[in-house]
Amino acid sequence: MIRDDTRNRFSFPKLVENPRDRSFLASWCFPVEYSVSFHQYQVVGRALPSESDEHPKIYRMKLWATNEVRAKSKFWYFLRKLKKVKKSNGQVLAINEIFEKSPTKIKNYGIWLRYQSRTGYHNMYKEYRDTTLNGAVEHMYNEMASRHRVRFPCIQIIKTATIPAKLCKRESSKQFHDSHIKFPLVFKKVRPPSRKLKTTYKASRPNLFM
Amino acid sequence: MPFKRYVEIGRVALVNYGKDYGNLVVIVDVIDQTRALVDAPDMVRSQMNFKRLSLTDIKIDIKRVPKKKTLIAAMEAADVKNKWENSSWGRKLIVQKRRASLNDFDRFKLMLAKIKRGGAIRQEIAKLKKQSAS
Repeated sequence: MIRDDTRNRFSFPKLVENPRDRSFLASWCFPVEYSVSFHQYQVVGRALPSESDEHPKIYRMKLWATNEVRAKSKFWYFLRKLKKVKKSNGQVLAINEIFEKSPTKIKNYGIWLRYQSRTGYHNMYKEYRDTTLNGAVEHMYNEMASRHRVRFPCIQIIKTATIPAKLCKRESSKQFHDSHIKFPLVFKKVRPPSRKLKTTYKASRPNLFM
Repeated sequence: MPFKRYVEIGRVALVNYGKDYGNLVVIVDVIDQTRALVDAPDMVRSQMNFKRLSLTDIKIDIKRVPKKKTLIAAMEAADVKNKWENSSWGRKLIVQKRRASLNDFDRFKLMLAKIKRGGAIRQEIAKLKKQSAS
C-alpha cells in the first residue's frame, strides 16, 4: 500500500502536460543503444524510511527509456541530482508504462530539451508531428544524433507537450497544417516486396517515374 | 511531364511492401514529408511510409480523418473496388494472382489451351498466305 503524500499524489499521469510542469525527465547513460523503441514510464520512489524520517517524501517522475530496468536507473540518476538520495538508500515504489491515449490521431509534439555539446550545455525546443509521443521522442533522439552529434546519454528531456496547431513555431510542422494538402511523390523507390527477393543484379534499369 | 497522381486526402494507394502487401488503402491524413495516416475497411488506422505506397488513379471524396463508417460509405460511393478491378493495373494483379495459384493440373490444362490457340492462329495464317499467294 503506497502511502500518499499530499503534494505527490500517486495518480495516473495526465498525458497532456501542464505548462508549469517542471519534472525533469531522464536519459540513462548507456554507451550503445541496441533497441531504439522508446517507452514512456512513470517511476515512483522515495528514500528509505529511517529513525529521523519515518515517512519520506515520495517522488514521481515520467521518463523515456527502452526498458523498465533502464527507466529505474534513469530515475535514480535524476533523483540524485535533485535530492540527497541514492539507489542504495532509496526504493522504487512503482513503475508503470504510460501508453499513448490516441495512437491514431496526428499530433504536434513540442519537446524541450537540455543537451550537452562539445562546448557546454544548451537548451533546445523542437517540434515533431507524429501519432505517438514515443515516436516523437525517438525522432528527437535520432535527429539530435544526426544534426548535432549528440548521443543519448547527453540529452535530458525537460518537458514534452502536445501543441495545438495555432501555437506551433516551426515551419516544418506548420507546413502540414493544411486540410487540403496535396503534393506529388517525385521518385518511385523500386524495390522487391520483401528482402528475400532481393538480388544483386537486375535484368533492366528501373523506371523511377511515379 | 506534370504529375498526375498526388498525395492527398482520399487518394487510394496500393501497399507495395511489408505486412499489408497488396492491399488497397486510403490516405486519410499526412503526418510529415515521409509518412501518411492510412486506413482501409479491414485494418486499424495506422501510419505508413510513402515508400511503401504506390499511388493509384483513384481518389475518393472524404474529409481529413473520417470515421470508419464514413470512410466505408465514401468508398462504396466512389465504387473503389470495381474501378480497381476494371483498371488495367488491377486486372494485371488479378491475373498474376491467378497464375501464382495454379496447381499442376491447371498448368497442364493451360499448356493444352496454349497449343490449341497456337494451332488455330497458324491455320488462319496459312489460309491468309494461300489467299495472298493466289
